[in-house]
This record gives sequence, structure tokens and C-alpha cells, in this order.
Amino acid sequence: MSVLVIAEHDNAEIKPATLNAVAAAGELGGDVHLLVAGNGSASAAEAASKISGVAKVLSADSAEYENTLAENVAPLIVDLASGYSHVLAPATSNGKNIMPRVAALLDVMQISDIAAIIDGDTFVRPIYAGNAMATVKSAEAIKVITVRTTGFEAVAADGGAAVIEAVSAKGDQGLSSYVGAELSSSERPELTSASIVISGGRGMQSGDNFPILEAVADKLGAAVGASRAAVDAGFVPNDYQVGQTGKVVAPDLYVAVGISGAIQHLAGMKDSKVIVAINKDEEAPIFQVADYGLVADLFNAVPELSSELDKS
Amino acid sequence: MKVLVPVKRVIDYNVKVRVKADKSGVELANVKMSMNPFDEISVEEAIRLKEAGKVDEIVAVSVGPQQCQETIRTALAMGADRGIHVLHDGDTEPLAVAKMLKALVDKEAPGLVIVGKQAIDDDCNQTGQMLSALLGWSQGTFASKLEVEGDAIHVTREVDGGLQTVQLKMPAVVTSDLRLNEPRYASLPNIMKAKKKPIDQVAPGDLGVDPAPRLETLKVEEPATRDAGQMVEDVAALVEKLRNEAKVI
Repeated sequence: MSVLVIAEHDNAEIKPATLNAVAAAGELGGDVHLLVAGNGSASAAEAASKISGVAKVLSADSAEYENTLAENVAPLIVDLASGYSHVLAPATSNGKNIMPRVAALLDVMQISDIAAIIDGDTFVRPIYAGNAMATVKSAEAIKVITVRTTGFEAVAADGGAAVIEAVSAKGDQGLSSYVGAELSSSERPELTSASIVISGGRGMQSGDNFPILEAVADKLGAAVGASRAAVDAGFVPNDYQVGQTGKVVAPDLYVAVGISGAIQHLAGMKDSKVIVAINKDEEAPIFQVADYGLVADLFNAVPELSSELDKS
Repeated sequence: MKVLVPVKRVIDYNVKVRVKADKSGVELANVKMSMNPFDEISVEEAIRLKEAGKVDEIVAVSVGPQQCQETIRTALAMGADRGIHVLHDGDTEPLAVAKMLKALVDKEAPGLVIVGKQAIDDDCNQTGQMLSALLGWSQGTFASKLEVEGDAIHVTREVDGGLQTVQLKMPAVVTSDLRLNEPRYASLPNIMKAKKKPIDQVAPGDLGVDPAPRLETLKVEEPATRDAGQMVEDVAALVEKLRNEAKVI
């Protein structure tokens, strides 16, 4: 029995979410193989071969995999899948896009967003925005799974020495093409892999006020996030969103500023190790999950926090 | 062009979900049910395409118990033209629903299917991608913008790092994300008019699909709760605690 993991990468580097999916694969037992489907992706495949616990890297390096379009990548995975008991991908926007297409082509029911593994057939996954956890059992011959990255501690990115095997590409399916991307550029760490996250909510009042959070983030080496309310109000772009309909994060420290704590937001951050809430409403539900709560006006508290951090 | 819009009946998004004492599922008795919010966005997008003259008919489809007719009526009141109800009591899984939708697509021949990116009950996020795979069509998931131009469609997608735009060959499946649009409320005259719009009813067997679930749910439990911690007096105390007690900064 071997497990195939679909690597998340940008052709140059392996994205951290891959390391959580490899960790989940490791829990299933058997050899873990990692598929790097990209274009000019030799350096990503090289990095993949160093990941702890990976026995083999399958490298499909061809133009049609440049932007990991689901229509092109799915047939490749389907072809490889017959040799595996489980096919896993991190539940990133890429994994969520590609894996159900793979599952349908294999005629198997996918198990989405698993947060824990009971055994090779049985998994725990959140439903109803994380308000309930379902334990589900699959009898499918090949289990197609997306992995909630916060459920599994990342394996080390180095220490492994996997062989790299080239696999042949399947060609462009001619269904879709990449036009362009507007990616948020930031010097700060990515939300889903940052060890500290500071998020703002509706209490921030305007996108113009987010720089006060950014000042604190830069002192802590933190990523900046937001609640859905702040995104809906147009303060910040949607890729800042932490919550059930946004990103799920579990940093060492999560600082919620001016966030009331709607269920859908809590679903995206309640696995954080330490939670700090700053809110002027002492009744805000966020305080019920916070390790440290501060009832204060954020427009005083955040600048004060910034200057307090300068003191050693 | 015809557009097919699947709509799912789910627990209303404002309802606090409660797990049943016997752990067999969540409490659905006497709970307010509504259209899945992402499906409302899909219906709205289809209506806007129709208003822009790109679409001439919108067919709303729902799979589930008799009460799904209400969900279809909601779509009709918003502006869909007719409904198809696949009557099925019991759990519905994305793979089976995708197969039923494929059978309906084969019959109805729409140029576009707009599906909610996920249902807020099972949170699977699969049906649109699966339907696209079964049809051998292109897919534009997590759409925040779509533009139909001749026999191609440009879809702007919400991806982890920002936005990505892809061009899809038609026919296509698009799954809607939150920022695609803000759904309208149905007006009273439109609610009255919707009562006269036709809804066909079929069974999964008529579509050649076995709806039996492939996954067995062993139990459903409350998530682990977090205990509330301590309140701190001021920012200085907070920083002190984070440095010396939690040791996270």
C-alpha cells in the first residue's frame, strides 16, 4: 500500500501546505510518493525529494502543468492513482479545485478537508462550518482526500532523500487556459503558514486603519488577516479572510482585533495555540475562546501594543 | 443560451447548529431551512446574465425531499424560469448529485452550469468540479467575476494568494464564491408569479443514478471546545503574559 500526495508548489518552491499533507500520508502507513506536476519545475521536484518521509517524487514537467489547471492535472493524477490506496492533496484552493475532478473520474466519493485520521478507511472532518465533527468511513478502493492542513503537524522540509522519477505528461486537454493573476504581494509571511497572525474585523472601521495592524505585524514577523465582516465591508481583499469561507489557520499566536467572533470566523482560527482578543465590547463572543482578553478601544490599544513591543 | 443552476436546501445560515444526543447527525427537526447561500449567488448571476441578454432561459434544479420545491420556488421568485426537482429522501452526496445533474445536462443541453462552490451543511466543495469532470467540460471554480464572450468565458477565481483569471471553453461549469454578486430579494409580485412557473419532478432512477451514499457516517460530535482564558488589565500586562507566560513572542 502506498500513498500519493499532490504537492502544492509554484514551479520553483514547494509550498508549506504540502508538508502537512505528507504528515497525514505518513499516518496512513506505507510509502509516501509526492507528485510535482509543473512546468520548469525541476527545482520544486528537487526540494520535494528532501522532504522528510517521502520515498519517491514523481515529476511531471510539461507546459500544460504550468498553472496547475484542473482540466489538465486531473487526468495525470487519475492515470497514476491506480497504484495507490490513497491520493491526498492539501485543502488549498488548488487541492479543492483539482481533487473532486479526480474523484469523479475515478468514480469515487471524495473525503474533503479531513482533520484527523482514525484508520485507513475512517476519517474525521468538520461539517456545518466546524460546528460539528463527522467521523466517516469509506469503502472506496482508492480514497481521494483533501487534508485540512491545521489538523496535521508539518513534517520537516529536509532530511529526506527520495528518488525523483519522471512521469510522462498527458497533454493539454484544450478546455481552459490561464489568462493572468493578481496576487497580493507582501513581505509578510503567508497567512496559512505564519507562526503569528494578527487579524482585524469590522471594528477597524476602514481599510485605511489596517496600517496600525501592519505595524504590529512587522514587529512580530506576523501575517495580517481579517474577518469576513472586514472583507465584506471592503476594508481588505478576500485573500485576507480567516474563517470557514476563507482560510483556516492555526498559528502559535492569533491576535483578533475588533473581531466579535462570529461562528464562521472561529471555525477558521480556533485551533491556534494562543488566542488574544482585543475588543471594546466585553460581551463579544471572541472572549469565550481567547486565552488573553483585553477590553479596550483598539485605536488606543494597537498603537500602544506596537510601542510596548519595542521595549525589551 | 440556457443556464442550469442547482440549488440545495440546507439549514439556514443563521441557525445555531446542534448535534443530536445520539450522535447520529445534527438536529434538523423544526429548524429553519433555506437555500444554500452560495446557490443564491449562482441564481443571481444567472439572472444578471439573462438581464444582459446573454442567457434566455434559467432552469433551477434541486435534489432532495419534497420540501426542496420551496427552494426551487425561491429561485423562481428571484427570476429563474422553471424548475426540476429530483425527489430523493435521505442523504445526498456530491458524486451522486453530480451524476444526476449530468443526466439533466445531457437532456437540457445548457451552455453553462453555475453551482455554489460548497453547501454550508456538508461543506464538501465537490459537486461542480465532479459535474465538470463527468461532462468532460471546463471548470471555473470559486468565481468572483465572470464574463461571457461568444463561445468562451472569462472567470476570475478566488485563489489562496489573490485572484486568478482563466479562459474556459464553453460549455462550462462555474462555481460561485462570495464576492461574485449580492443576491436580490424576491419581490412580492415575483413570489406570486413564481407560483405559476412549472416544476417537473423526476426520480434518481429516471436519471439512471443510484443515490445510495458511498460514505458511511459513523458519528457526529460537537467540536472540542476551548476554555475562556483570563482578562488582562492593559496592553503592558498583555505583552508581559505573552512574553513570560505563553512564551509566544
